[in-house]
Amino acid sequence: MELKNEQRLPVSRQKAWEALNDPDVLAACIPGCESLERVDDHNYDATVNTKVGPVKARFTGRVTLENLQPPESYTLSFEGNSGQAGFARGSADVYLDEEPDGGCRVRYDVSATVGGKLAQLGSRLVKGAAEKNASEFFGNFTRHLGGEPEGAAEEAAAGSGQAAQAEGGGDSPRTGYWPWVAGGAVVVLVIIILLL
Amino acid sequence: MATAETGIGKAAKRKEDRRFLTGEGRYTDDIDLPGQVYACFLRSPHAHARINRIDTGPAREAPGVVAVYTGDDLAADGVGGIPCGWQITDVDGQPMKEPAHPALAQGKVRYVGDQVAVVIAESYHQAKDAAERIDVDYDILDAVVSPAEALEEGRPQVHDEAPGNQCYVWELGDGDAVDDAFNRAAHVTRLDLVNQRLAPNAIEPRAAVASYSRGEDQYTLYTTSQNPHVTRLLMSAFVLNLPEHKVRVVAPDVGGGFGSKIFHYAEEAVLTWASRKVGRPIKWTAERVESFMSDAHGRDHVTHAELAMDDSGKFLGMRVNTKANLGAYLSTFAPSVPTILYGTLLAGQYTTPAIHCRVTGVFTNTAPVDAYRGAGRPEATYVVERLVSAAAREMGMDQAEIRRRNFIPRDAFPYQTPVALTYDVGDYDATLTEAMRMADVDGFEARRKEAQARGKYRGIGYSTYIEACGLAPSNIAGALGARAGLFEAGEVRLHPTGKVTVFTGSHSHGQGHETTFAQIVASRLGVPYEDVDVVHGDTDRIAFGMGTYGSRSLAVGGSAIMKALDKVIDKGRKIAAHMLEAAEQDIEYDDGTYRVAGTDKEISMGEIAFSAYVPHNYPLEQLEPGLDENAFYDPTNFTYPAGSHICEVEVDPDTGKVEVVNFTAVDDFGNVINPMIVEGQVHGGLAQGIGQALLEQCIYDPDSGQLVTGTYMDYIMPRADDLPSFRVGTQNTPCTHNPLGVKGCGEAGTIGSPPAVIDAIIDALSPLGVRHLDMPATPVRVWQAIQDAQGSRAA
Repeated sequence: MELKNEQRLPVSRQKAWEALNDPDVLAACIPGCESLERVDDHNYDATVNTKVGPVKARFTGRVTLENLQPPESYTLSFEGNSGQAGFARGSADVYLDEEPDGGCRVRYDVSATVGGKLAQLGSRLVKGAAEKNASEFFGNFTRHLGGEPEGAAEEAAAGSGQAAQAEGGGDSPRTGYWPWVAGGAVVVLVIIILLL
Repeated sequence: MATAETGIGKAAKRKEDRRFLTGEGRYTDDIDLPGQVYACFLRSPHAHARINRIDTGPAREAPGVVAVYTGDDLAADGVGGIPCGWQITDVDGQPMKEPAHPALAQGKVRYVGDQVAVVIAESYHQAKDAAERIDVDYDILDAVVSPAEALEEGRPQVHDEAPGNQCYVWELGDGDAVDDAFNRAAHVTRLDLVNQRLAPNAIEPRAAVASYSRGEDQYTLYTTSQNPHVTRLLMSAFVLNLPEHKVRVVAPDVGGGFGSKIFHYAEEAVLTWASRKVGRPIKWTAERVESFMSDAHGRDHVTHAELAMDDSGKFLGMRVNTKANLGAYLSTFAPSVPTILYGTLLAGQYTTPAIHCRVTGVFTNTAPVDAYRGAGRPEATYVVERLVSAAAREMGMDQAEIRRRNFIPRDAFPYQTPVALTYDVGDYDATLTEAMRMADVDGFEARRKEAQARGKYRGIGYSTYIEACGLAPSNIAGALGARAGLFEAGEVRLHPTGKVTVFTGSHSHGQGHETTFAQIVASRLGVPYEDVDVVHGDTDRIAFGMGTYGSRSLAVGGSAIMKALDKVIDKGRKIAAHMLEAAEQDIEYDDGTYRVAGTDKEISMGEIAFSAYVPHNYPLEQLEPGLDENAFYDPTNFTYPAGSHICEVEVDPDTGKVEVVNFTAVDDFGNVINPMIVEGQVHGGLAQGIGQALLEQCIYDPDSGQLVTGTYMDYIMPRADDLPSFRVGTQNTPCTHNPLGVKGCGEAGTIGSPPAVIDAIIDALSPLGVRHLDMPATPVRVWQAIQDAQGSRAA
């Protein structure tokens, strides 16, 4: 499965990059995140409860950051398992570009494989669910940093937990006017975890 | 006596429906044994991976867990692999490649769903939860799922023992004669065809309950099987090394099989083995997702086919090259389906004098592929009939005319085809003529115009198919690689009161044997239909059996019962001669009554039965008491059901949606015992054939090897509103070589219908320039075909 997207953030590239470094904040904002622990600078261990279509499962996995070119780009790879429910593997190339107005733009190019029951039951739903979850993450993250997601308040308000996760479809984050503040790695991490 | 309503040829109401319709059916999952525990199989989420390590420790400690086993535990106990029942010989004279098929994975997994471990626990949910805790360390390998790609250089290798993923290359027919025919041809039609992979989807998922009695040293396995004796034989002799007489296999009510329950599956062996290890009965019932990924699938051929004709449309030769997907392991009958049951049918109903067929059996990282309703014959029919219909369009000939010009004439039987079969009897012109009458072909052009006025494209498609059923003469099957006989056993037991129990080695899982066989026995013995019960599906009660598949039950199983009936009647004649004080040769038998010829001295079968068990006035010096006869019947030839299917469709050119508006099937099944059951079998077969043509397709992701059609959201089954009211008829020529004159009807609908549907769509869209379509003809595919044809016209 391929997922390509980009996101404008109203913070500097350097800030966006740094925003990745607080696992507690991320854990609080990733829908269904049970834990997110930094193992070292390049590795995170994640446990996420998620639901795609009829598959509800607890996934554990590790996110690894490679080819780091702070604050411009890196490659992120992920592998997660949930026993009988299946697995996901993937990688993403992430680029942070500076914008003329002082903000930045995050581009990410995700390639992921889901397997087992997930592929069987949810392959048509996974992409929509991932996009939906990413929206929810950004809503949470923005609020956490004191902002308010414009034009998407309704959706974000509903999204403090897992409630909206399984519905698929949903607005793609690229269309909003939200005051994005998150870093690209988080975007990708969330998407891949939620691709699960 | 069989009454007017229940005699041979009458639509007797089905005996079995009483229990099915009142919820009294007893299926494997209904069976609960004292102390029973539950199994959950951990299956591979990867299409292809090396197993470095399996850590079962946390699973063993999970609540309710009784035991966890892996392939190593089976190996330590000397448990063998799952055997294959048919050996194909390669074109170079070597046996096919036959890699080991471990019951639980050994070192590697080769398809999504491959069983890795089994967890046994107090409840199914505990077993399932514990299975989540098994940690398997996999090295994920690249996978290959398409048979054409698997044969290419540099592709992932499924088995080290099968280089290039090739199981065998098999050939049939005279290649030189075919080359010669093509050299002389005035016209050659060429097609590339895909016969897509199907999932069988019996309404009852596979299930098993295994137990072991320490006191009797006896294993009992209840399982969803179409042939319990074969399962017992394969499991006891080849997998578990158990004495056959210490294993009882029971296949109680079974909710549909369509071939997928013929085969001996790993779960049956693992459960039986484990029931002794844990000392408790174990139940396993597949969830639907497990069925999708672990039941043997059907079809999956890629074929290039060519038909050579003279300028009058007379067929001169046919050349067929097929790559057949066998999946990751060889299922019980897998090698025979795309070869013996496929290449031999390529003559169809025609006099094509030279045919050559080359089949490459291919391993891929997919579920095993084996017999699915029709098994090889739908694939053959699809090739032949698509070729014939395309040839008629290319030659500007009428579809009926090209067929009639090439039919084997009714006076040419027995007819030896160039692909090994000898057809015994048939009248292909008669079924086509009747089908055209019932389908109102004469009125079609008017209907086409009327549809056009509504903006719909209407088309008509033909399929004049043949099948080889009544599997099979054991000596011929053996010469072709079968590792088993293909006879059938039957027993007729008259009780002292004249009531009758019939034991058959055939297995009913929707076919209505309890009714059909009772009609035969009641008629032949002259006893009431209600007084005859049919028992099947239990190795302890039935002497032997080869089971039900290949439309064989009536032709082979019914014939075994007929042979047993002959023995009963012959013995009864001796008893009657004694009781009536006449010479045996003077005793006539008719409809349950023995009579001294030319007199009114007679005695009924009921009285004979009583006398056989209360032998006071009985020829004890010459004859044993009792009236219970057993017979085995081995057919001398296949049977050859054949027929004509005519399909009419309407296509919406804006959406690509196809509606089957009329479907007519006129079949030659030989003698018919119960026309209602026959009609039901045809209806079901047509639904499955139309399902293949329009809707069904099992898809593995070509990169990851993941099964992406694993639910009914993605795998589309035909529903009532996808189907018209069928017009069904028969034009029968009795089979010449079995005592009932029957041919079999279970698979005909599935075999004949797909090419009729596809050619109806092509006919409908031919004004738009569409020449070809692959199954399933989903709206998007049909719409795309229209766009492509329009685009190439514009260009």
